[in-house]
Amino acid sequence: MTVTTTAAGTANVSAATANAAASAAATAEATGPQSLTMAKALNTAMADAMRADSSVLVFGEDVGMLGGVFRITDGLMAEFGEQRCFDTPLAESGIVGMAVGMAINGMRPVIEMQFDAFAYPAFEQIVSHVAKMHNRTKGKLKMPMVIRVPYAGGIGGVEHHCDSSESYYAHTAGLKVYTPATVADGYRMLREAIDSDDPVMFMEPKKLYWSKDQVDLGALRAEHDAGTSTEGRAAVARPGTDATLIAYGPSVPTALAAAAAAAEEGRSLEVIDVRTLVPFDDETVCASVRKTGRAVVIAEAHGFASVSSEIVARVQERAFHYLAAPILRVTGFDVPFPSPKLEHYYLPSVDRILDAVDDLQWED
Amino acid sequence: MTIHADHSAPETAVEDQAADVRTKFGISVEDYMLPARHQIQMVNPDGTLRPHDEQGTEPGHEYPTPSDAELMAAYEQLVVGRRVNDQNSALVRQGRMAVYPSSHGQEACQVAAAMCLSEGDWLFPTYRDAVAVMTRGVDPVEVMTIFRGDWHGGYDPKEHNVGIQCTPLTTQLLHAVGVAHAAKLRGENTVVMAMCGDGATSEGDFHEALNFAAVFHLPVIFFVQNNKYAISVPLSHQSVAPSLAHKAVGYGMAGERVDGNDLVALLAVMDRAVKLAREGSGPLLIEAHTYRMQAHTNADDATRYRPDSEVAEWQAKDPLTRMKSYLADKGLLDDAASNRIAEHAEAVATQLREGLGEEVPVQPLDLFKYVFAKPTPQLKEQSDMLAGELAREESAK
Ligand SMILES: Cc1ncc(C[n+]2csc(CCOP(=O)(O)OP(=O)(O)O)c2C)c(N)n1
Ligand SMILES: [Mg+2]
Repeated sequence: MTVTTTAAGTANVSAATANAAASAAATAEATGPQSLTMAKALNTAMADAMRADSSVLVFGEDVGMLGGVFRITDGLMAEFGEQRCFDTPLAESGIVGMAVGMAINGMRPVIEMQFDAFAYPAFEQIVSHVAKMHNRTKGKLKMPMVIRVPYAGGIGGVEHHCDSSESYYAHTAGLKVYTPATVADGYRMLREAIDSDDPVMFMEPKKLYWSKDQVDLGALRAEHDAGTSTEGRAAVARPGTDATLIAYGPSVPTALAAAAAAAEEGRSLEVIDVRTLVPFDDETVCASVRKTGRAVVIAEAHGFASVSSEIVARVQERAFHYLAAPILRVTGFDVPFPSPKLEHYYLPSVDRILDAVDDLQWED
Repeated sequence: MTIHADHSAPETAVEDQAADVRTKFGISVEDYMLPARHQIQMVNPDGTLRPHDEQGTEPGHEYPTPSDAELMAAYEQLVVGRRVNDQNSALVRQGRMAVYPSSHGQEACQVAAAMCLSEGDWLFPTYRDAVAVMTRGVDPVEVMTIFRGDWHGGYDPKEHNVGIQCTPLTTQLLHAVGVAHAAKLRGENTVVMAMCGDGATSEGDFHEALNFAAVFHLPVIFFVQNNKYAISVPLSHQSVAPSLAHKAVGYGMAGERVDGNDLVALLAVMDRAVKLAREGSGPLLIEAHTYRMQAHTNADDATRYRPDSEVAEWQAKDPLTRMKSYLADKGLLDDAASNRIAEHAEAVATQLREGLGEEVPVQPLDLFKYVFAKPTPQLKEQSDMLAGELAREESAK
């Protein structure tokens, strides 16, 4: 299928955006390991997907000329034109609802919700249509769309800019929920989400947007083209033997820091990065817990009725006899996400994780 | 409590309104609801008064000039508002405030939105409307607490009848409708000012709020500050209606456009809107044409999406200089008055610097204190856990 893009449409793109396009093109050509931010990895994933398939469209609020408030769509309008990357009127239900129609009619929309809490006006479309269309039509209509949501705290953001909303989506039958924690996974998982014929809530930990890693885009592209999949595959982010820290998204670096600190005290912690909350990788997570016999689940979201409670339930259902202690959780408190000056007291910290590990009933 | 009024509009509401309009203004209900052909503008950007027949008024869209006393009081607030905006931007640069969505350039709208109301009326502001909140009488330091990052709000909404500044776009408009509805049921004559931006008019709640207000015939004034941008997105991407004020007729209410940098015209239009609403006209929609002179917030870079020349064009339409020369030409503003007003503005700026400069210790246990009116055992447990942590940290020092 072809979508014609008019050159005239891009004529008013600012110099800044044109530069961004040039830098995107430069990234596209680079091979070998290079230092890349998560933001750039996500941006490159979208650009690669748009190059590969003209039915991939990017739209939302401020994603065009501005390149998104986090610049994740930077340069896409300049490269692909205003028909394939564009700003919509300011209405989240409209964005998601229109994406549903586009998905029905042959497109693969990749849409951006500006911040976690600003996706709530779209909740009805997401829950009542995006999640259910495939099931209602017995698979006759697929929903190949990605809803990108910058989420969680840690950036000193003001109210409504820091919610961990993943549990609402994970609780909704019919949605896949991905959340990358590394730069390479940012690329891998977004490409896979765009390829997917199922709707994916793509939860981007906003505090990790500017985290950097050495990644080889050429290798990642080859991996993609070979059809390698991360869906339903948790990663062992750090091997260990004494206890398992189960984390995802923004909490993975915190868990890794805790494991590093514990190692200095002679305790070997394994860190599992769940990567896709739906579908959940019972196998990898339970294998780790069977091996270590102890586990702590870490998440920024409120603990009550959450993804973290689901993880505890699943693991104890499957690995009860291997457990030397109850599985504990370190989560955000069950209070509205606090103001910038108080968020530090709310967020899971290395100390809280280490305290929880200490509480895992070590006999000696 | 006694409920006096009825919620539903009478069966004959539509005909009644048409008849009322005909008697009151001598025009058809369509001409009443559609905005006048041109925006209402009384003072030119250079401060000269426009001839009466060029002010945009028409039969049924007539606006008496506000009194000298009102103009002077409003001008004073305008100067204070500008000083507050600039002071806050400076505090952000110094790292004493986390974020500030400035209304620089829109101060005339801010002042008019607050000053047209009476004491018992209500105001529902957005994140950008801190100056309107202050003009209504709320303590400036309390207003800015939210931007300093101590807590999600800093003032008591009931003290001055001002809703908390709202970020999820247009959700507050429905709260404004509810406040008006409750007041109406109690037989109180409360007018509610509901504020939003041009971009926000695209949200679903905007539609729902206007329709509810019209169907329940409530005294709500929807005041849209059309500052031409929603972050980077220009108005042309939000709406292709002839104007935002034209949306009114679709709901069965009157709309009007006004020069949002002309404080005289704004006060005239808003005062009349409040008067009509209080007399039972039902809701009104007012669109003020203004411009966001600065970036969306300090976190935004406006050079990515708009040319400097456009900003310069609007600089020439600044609401302050316009009002200043108008009042000076009229002989209302002499040096003594100017100095006194400047001193007042400086005093407020000092209050902000001092109030926001001092490090107020945060209370971590406040996280749990206000979640519910009736506390829960689970939160008590979590609060105790944090208290224990803090105590251990303290004793480790
Ligand atoms: C429901 C919702 N979606 C998105 C946002 C993010 N956001 C904050 S302000 C803004 C632009 C609003 O523009 P406009 O209504 O014109 O008001 P202005 O900022 O220009 O005063 C956006 C998109 C939000 N606050 N709420
Ligand atoms: Mg605007």
